[in-house]
Amino acid sequence: MDDNNTPHSPDESEDQKNSTRRNFLKNLGLAGVGVATGAAALYSGHIFEAKKEVSGDQKVLLTQDGKLVQVDSLEIKALEKTGEELLISQGREGIPGRRWVLVIDLSKCRNARKCISACQDAHQLRPEQYHVNVLQMKDAPGTAPYNMPKHCQHCDNPPCVSVCPVDATYKRPDGIVLIDNDRCIGCRFCMAACPYSARIFNWIEPKDAASHQGKDYNVELNVPQKLGTISKCLFSADRLREGKLPYCVEACPNGVYYFGDENEDAVTNGTTKETVRLSKLLRDNGGYQLMPELGTKPRVYYLPPKNRLFPFEEAGDATPEKA
Amino acid sequence: MTMDDNQFTFDKITSDLTHHIRINKGFLIWMGFLTVSLMVCLYAYSIQLRTGLGVAGIRDYVTWGMYLANFVFFVAASLIGMLISAVLGLIGMKWLTPITRIAETIAVAFAAVAGLVIVSDMGRPERLVYVFLYGRPQSPILWDVTVITTYLVLSLLLLFLPLIADMAIIHRKVDRLPSWLKPIYKVLSLNFTDNPQQNKIINRAIRTLLILLIPAALSIHTVTSWLFAVTSRAGWDSTVFGPYFVSGAFVAGSAAVIIAMFFFRKNYKLQNYLTDLHFNNMGKVLATVSLVYLYFNINEFLVPGYKLKRADAVHLHELFAGKDTLLFWVVQIGGLILPILFMLFHRFRKPLPIMLISVAVLIAAWFKRYIIVIPTQEHPFLPIQHVPQNFVHYSPTLIETMITIAPFILVLIIITLISKFFPVIPLHETAREKGIEHFKFD
Ligand code: SF4
Ligand code: SF4
Repeated sequence: MDDNNTPHSPDESEDQKNSTRRNFLKNLGLAGVGVATGAAALYSGHIFEAKKEVSGDQKVLLTQDGKLVQVDSLEIKALEKTGEELLISQGREGIPGRRWVLVIDLSKCRNARKCISACQDAHQLRPEQYHVNVLQMKDAPGTAPYNMPKHCQHCDNPPCVSVCPVDATYKRPDGIVLIDNDRCIGCRFCMAACPYSARIFNWIEPKDAASHQGKDYNVELNVPQKLGTISKCLFSADRLREGKLPYCVEACPNGVYYFGDENEDAVTNGTTKETVRLSKLLRDNGGYQLMPELGTKPRVYYLPPKNRLFPFEEAGDATPEKA
Repeated sequence: MTMDDNQFTFDKITSDLTHHIRINKGFLIWMGFLTVSLMVCLYAYSIQLRTGLGVAGIRDYVTWGMYLANFVFFVAASLIGMLISAVLGLIGMKWLTPITRIAETIAVAFAAVAGLVIVSDMGRPERLVYVFLYGRPQSPILWDVTVITTYLVLSLLLLFLPLIADMAIIHRKVDRLPSWLKPIYKVLSLNFTDNPQQNKIINRAIRTLLILLIPAALSIHTVTSWLFAVTSRAGWDSTVFGPYFVSGAFVAGSAAVIIAMFFFRKNYKLQNYLTDLHFNNMGKVLATVSLVYLYFNINEFLVPGYKLKRADAVHLHELFAGKDTLLFWVVQIGGLILPILFMLFHRFRKPLPIMLISVAVLIAAWFKRYIIVIPTQEHPFLPIQHVPQNFVHYSPTLIETMITIAPFILVLIIITLISKFFPVIPLHETAREKGIEHFKFD
């Protein structure tokens, strides 16, 4: 409409008048906003000046986009989340830079079941609820029986996570698969999908529910447990955050467990506290994974039950009574 | 045919097909019975709501029990609307006209209640809305929710559209209706006056719906079968699960339709409309879909049975000769093979025998879902050890049984209400087929 040579029909000129008026109003508006912004800036500058009775203690901080800035210490306000909110968000993010792995030496497992009780105590579980269970295995009629501790395998291609309809069970960058029991709808699709039977469900009111009532929910510990939701092994994500080894790893009297970081290629034995190279440990001992043919890519490795120095004992009936 | 076609006058058809629309004693007693039973079952559900899923027999290994088997059954039964109306209807089978509304009613009732059945299986039913708030598209549950809702909406429309013309006729021509019903019919008839323009619109809409219904129906049961088939468990890890479930669904649905036909015919005196011919033909439909189902059964059991991979071997042994063997063979022989053999003979496709066969087929169909869902979970890849006996073997509890029965009562209530207040047999369409072209609407 900026072609002045074109003769205008009355309609058009009417149009143009309108549009001129509109432009005028728009400009006026812009000016108004400009003035207001300027005033606001001046005012906030004034406030800033006004409370400049500062400590004089300058801190150098790194901004999110990587710049170093200098700020007075009184100006620093904590943006941190607290309480449950923090627990949930850090529980979703994981521990940066880590790839946690568990190695289980089957030649040392004597079915002491200390890992089980330590785990059940930490996670508010009843005797028949296992995050880790020790199974008595016999692969073929001719082969020797052995004890096999079985955790969640923290699969890198976890079928349980794929099928969860509400993102209640999720995979963290550090390799751990966790459950948010504030989110879980209790459909149990994840249990059906897990080939390792690693998941349990709170069919009835969880143990000691009354004494845990009102506590902040720690998603890395999955406590308080909630009725009608899932639980399973969490690789003791809460302990890892404190720089400690998982409950089961620490509790084993027989040196069965090694736990560590695949990125560092180092794992630590929970009993002897000896740290060894993960790759060498697996190579020298013929480390393997459980049912790798399913494509789940477990993060738990097993060392075969060879050269055992003790006899295999039938577990008797360790079955706990019906709850 | 018990009556010559030219004996059907418009008035006779109208009165024959609508005389059951009245509130009588039988109806009240029946509804009272259903309501009381439903209340009792809802009480059982309230216990589960308060104390958790632990009131059912399901535990950590068999984690999906009767509720889920029931869900599969309900989805299956709802598929019949698509087979009768869409597939057979679009092929142009004229004898179907008096059956379409029965099939659609069954479809709507079962599809609507299927959604409730699955809620009864949730550990946290109050978080149902999370599925919409936080839904993840890669979970088959999301697909199931989507397609079942779609199917339900399509089926409802398909039930409603042919009713418009019927409502118009009834509220004009039938005088002895309860007075409060008339205005409802008038609203529902949407000012239909049987002019060609209106008929054209309705017919086109119905045709579109019928075509849309086919993929929607295939999806609901295929996706439901994927709830199992996407896992790697022996007995579920199968590539034919989709068609296996769909063909099984047609068996269950056809049987349900035959049973419903039988009782409507008797109670609503529709012998002139639901004739031996219809039972004979439905018997043939049931026999055909049963044969297709048998074919998929052979695939489903013979192929893994030939290879006997470790986990499959355990599973199949339990079915063929182990713990579940009695149930398995009764269902397969009594609910599939024998019915097929019987239905080959004309004499067994008469109303009473075909109804009895259908009852057997329908009961077997429910237990077949049980066999598909439960035994697989009783032998996972790793041994079940150090847990109480009730974790090892699933046995349903009384409360669980009552909660499983509740949806059936609800389905009966829905079917009863729809069939009581609307013509069971499409009035307008039947009249047309008997050669009555236009009704004199004032
Ligand atoms: S072992 Fe089971 S629960 Fe654990 S990550 Fe793998 S599939 Fe999920
Ligand atoms: S039971 Fe909970 S965690 Fe498991 S799939 Fe359902 S919502 Fe997800």
